[in-house]
Amino acid sequence: MNTTVATTGTETKTWGGGNKPLKASYGKMMMWFFILSDALTFSGFLAAYGFSRFKFIGSWPIADEVFTHIPFFHGNYPMIYVAFMTFVLIMSSVTMVLAVDAGHHLRQKAVTWYMFLTIIGGLIFVGSQAWEWGTFIKGDFGAVQTKGGNILQFGHYETIEGEKVFVRDAVKNFATATVTDRTQHERKNGLWFVSEDALPEYTVNDVYKGLESHSNILVRTQDINEHGEKTVLTREESLKQIKTNGKQVVHGANLHVNEYGSPLFGDFFFFITGFHGFHVFSGVIINIIIFFNVVLGTYERRKNYEMVEKVGLYWHFVDLVWVFVFTFFYLV
Amino acid sequence: MAHEHKLEIFRGLWKFKSNTQKIWGVLAFLTFVTAIEVVLGIYKPEILMGQILGMKGLNWIFIILTIVKAYYITWDFMHMRDETKGLRRAVVWTGIFLICYLIFILLQEGGYIESVYSNGFIKRDF
Repeated sequence: MNTTVATTGTETKTWGGGNKPLKASYGKMMMWFFILSDALTFSGFLAAYGFSRFKFIGSWPIADEVFTHIPFFHGNYPMIYVAFMTFVLIMSSVTMVLAVDAGHHLRQKAVTWYMFLTIIGGLIFVGSQAWEWGTFIKGDFGAVQTKGGNILQFGHYETIEGEKVFVRDAVKNFATATVTDRTQHERKNGLWFVSEDALPEYTVNDVYKGLESHSNILVRTQDINEHGEKTVLTREESLKQIKTNGKQVVHGANLHVNEYGSPLFGDFFFFITGFHGFHVFSGVIINIIIFFNVVLGTYERRKNYEMVEKVGLYWHFVDLVWVFVFTFFYLV
Repeated sequence: MAHEHKLEIFRGLWKFKSNTQKIWGVLAFLTFVTAIEVVLGIYKPEILMGQILGMKGLNWIFIILTIVKAYYITWDFMHMRDETKGLRRAVVWTGIFLICYLIFILLQEGGYIESVYSNGFIKRDF
């Protein structure tokens, strides 16, 4: 060695190299800086969401009215399921940090178990998110989109426990589908290079007829009034809106339309929770790789479980991002 | 170093005997904060719905609680508390500065466009 590397006699001095002012290994430090840059990516998305929300502050969908379902139960339970998801992710963060701690004490068995539990937690979370997406895409009540791109929803007033509440009505409960001569365009019966989404079950005219025959049903617009609730139109105004402005019946949400309100809400929901879900998914994959390395004893032979610590950092970061997504999509 | 942990949170108000205990303590705290958020989110108390600095009071509470949670996840689960000052500041302040800047520009502009929609000659109500 001495013949190829010149010794300068400064190795132990501050600028001579070889000392580590941050007392962290290269890998761990780079994981921190990767996390920093990823945090900036996510905050870019969330700030863009905030931008669109401030832009349409007077008509943005109210999250409590959008995410109201729990698997296997009917009824209106806002927040409960997403709180469960948050708890699952925090819990898997805990098992991860326990794995890191067990790694410091070189307890291979404990690390294996904690890593296993972390992976299970991650899978439950990703599964829940898939279900949440499915419910959002499938939709609830259906609505009419206007020519200007606004959403008109339906419902009627009911007195529940002495209080007058607006109860939503599904389009299918009052509209009757009529036969039209418009058929689904498919590649085989029309232009082979053009495809078309599934046709809506009802036309705006069907909805109008149904609305006419059900005198208690009113239209609700997206505009938020001074009580923080969506504005409900009068009967005459309701009929007029559907008649003059109705363009198409929408059910559920996709990247173009969204029965809950502004299509941007759906776009950001899919994009941000999708990007986060992708992080969770890749985190699970990385965790599985590390899990097998632990099982095979790679780190046991190395006498160093720092790899567990590094993926642990990534996994906690995923949890950290979710805490913010949870706040800005479901709470605020 | 990685093997030494500061075994206290809330500036020494809550001390722990081992790192494992600290982890469970932090979990208890995070669960508690999440529970508060969920309960407030479901019931939305009328007192907190007033406007403070351009946002509902309740929303400010949510944002502050989120930052509190983020702090404990980073400091205790990611062991930022045990890293050197240099690493901690390099990561945390860079992030905070850039994120605040980004949020400021985008929300400011969003509010401006909203004002154009509501005060200008652009018609959206059809």
